[in-house]
Amino acid sequence: MSKPTMLDVANLTTYYKISRGYVRAVENVSFQVKEREAMGLAGESGCGKTTIALSLLKILPHNGSIKSGHIFFRGLDLAQLDEYEMRQKIRWKKVSIVFQGAMNALNPVYNIGDQMIEAIMTHELETSKSKAEERSQKLLELVGLEPSRVNNYPHEFSGGMKQRAMIAMALACNPELIIGDEPGTALDVIVQAQVLKLIKELKEKLNLSVIMITHDLSIITETCDKIAIMYAGKIVEYGDIVTVFKEPLHPYTRALVQSFPDITAAKTRMKSIHGSPPDLLSPPTGCRFHPRCEYAMDICRKKEPPFLNVGHDHSVGCHLLSKA
Amino acid sequence: MEETVIKVENLKKWFPVRMGFLQTLMATKKVFLRAVDGIDFEVKKKEIFGLVGESGSGKTTTGRCLLRLTDPTSGKIFFQGKDIVLLSQKRFKPFRRKIQIIFQDPYESLNPRMTILDTLAEPLNVQGLAGEGETEEKVRKTLEDVQLVPPEEFLYRYPHELSGGQRQRVATGRGLILEPSFIVADEPVSMLDVSIRAEILDLMLDLIEKYGVSILYITHDLALARHICDRIAVMYLGKIVEKGTAEQIVYEPLHPYTKALLAAVPTPDPTSKRIQVVVKGEIPSPVNPPSGCRFHPRCNVCIGDVCRMKEPPLVDTGNGHSVACHKYSHKT
Repeated sequence: MSKPTMLDVANLTTYYKISRGYVRAVENVSFQVKEREAMGLAGESGCGKTTIALSLLKILPHNGSIKSGHIFFRGLDLAQLDEYEMRQKIRWKKVSIVFQGAMNALNPVYNIGDQMIEAIMTHELETSKSKAEERSQKLLELVGLEPSRVNNYPHEFSGGMKQRAMIAMALACNPELIIGDEPGTALDVIVQAQVLKLIKELKEKLNLSVIMITHDLSIITETCDKIAIMYAGKIVEYGDIVTVFKEPLHPYTRALVQSFPDITAAKTRMKSIHGSPPDLLSPPTGCRFHPRCEYAMDICRKKEPPFLNVGHDHSVGCHLLSKA
Repeated sequence: MEETVIKVENLKKWFPVRMGFLQTLMATKKVFLRAVDGIDFEVKKKEIFGLVGESGSGKTTTGRCLLRLTDPTSGKIFFQGKDIVLLSQKRFKPFRRKIQIIFQDPYESLNPRMTILDTLAEPLNVQGLAGEGETEEKVRKTLEDVQLVPPEEFLYRYPHELSGGQRQRVATGRGLILEPSFIVADEPVSMLDVSIRAEILDLMLDLIEKYGVSILYITHDLALARHICDRIAVMYLGKIVEKGTAEQIVYEPLHPYTKALLAAVPTPDPTSKRIQVVVKGEIPSPVNPPSGCRFHPRCNVCIGDVCRMKEPPLVDTGNGHSVACHKYSHKT
């Protein structure tokens, strides 16, 4: 049952420097992704999900940097690698990313084929152009597009086709871990369902591990095995999806689950979380959720809750549980 | 029978497609993008009527036609019994007070150079509804209504000082300040974070009850529509393919497109059945929509030539549930 761990992120901290100080986008985040497992990273905008993805590949913008922590990929600490090693060993060959692609992740002035060939040849210096061309056609076929469309430009593709092309590109150098950064957002429901199904099928077919980043919990329940809920730069709850959805322990998880409309449920008024997420330049002291939490106690304002394992791969960072 | 607030009959909006000079000379006829192509519906008093569809299905264009933000190509729109399509903009002005809109993106729909007070006071001034002293008082009351309290803290702020949720409250307030009887809400929460969506929706629902407003709720999110709308119409390529109560649409869908949409909605329950993709492909271009039933190239229950040749009419199958599909019109 228990699969070996592929990715082990330990105490990752990433800050962005701006003129007013440091934006503490990700602080002390730890999680694991096992072989052939899909993990969902859920949270609202600005909670640091994308920053984690960029940190894993070390493609942060110039003002962002990993302050501390380790990213072990099969025992190799990516946080210690330099730019050249990342490009030659890791990016695209081991870990690749599918951006929220429907809109603007593709270059409009190159055709799809050339963009894929560029990705292949940058990372595999030994591959010839004709081999790369051949492979790009096979990849398009793999994601359900006509191989002849390598000569098309992005504007000739619909939103769903662009997203498929992005997935094909991410698979260009046979990676083992794929990070999907909101791969379904900005697509229509039917097309989104098609894309999610494609990702699931490819995961099985190519034995991939997947990290799915999204604000939409229902997408995670459809595609993932494990889920990590993020709030204001921290992971507040981690576990397998059934446990987290059926018995959420952190008040934020509970509120987030309830704020999603379920089409099969009876007509209800959805619940919401009062207030809005904090400014990460100066996050609240203690537990970062305490200003919006209905169970906030004195200790929540002062001390940061420890991230406790509450049994079978289920961890929560909340004082309510550490007390009991 | 409840009172009908707005009634739309055979509404069409065709946008001319701009072509190059030579193409114009060569073309035998003008080419149109048929954004809305003959739809009928009515919204009753205090009702929330949902218009659901994928992008490009013509839902927003419908909303804009109702407000005369674009003039429909043909069709009739009866507001409280009067056809508003033929009115001049000048004569339509008093109706604007009664028909308002809340836009999708509060980051773009508020003027960044106007304070909240100015933003909310503008409709009052345009309609000449408040004297010198009254304006601020009315704005304060509206801010309280949308729970931006205390009002004095918000009056002189600019939109950039507010969060997304607060901005959408201001936009909601601007829609309500003239005490309209009908509001078009065009995806009012899709730009907001999930944790605050419900709060804004609750606020809107409370105000609807309080002021007895009817709403045309435009959304692509069927799960959301199911929870807030009384009746739902599903649009595909400028046509209404199915219309009924929210329960009918969700529990007894008839049209294959509605069924496909429902099957594609992800559910936030890990133990429930996973999504199945029923249809292939994407919504085609409304410039040259497929002949006959517009859904037939993607349809999995297409019954042959009749679907390809003849456009199915919207027929009532009982209990106010109607569907435009040959499968059902044949039976009856």
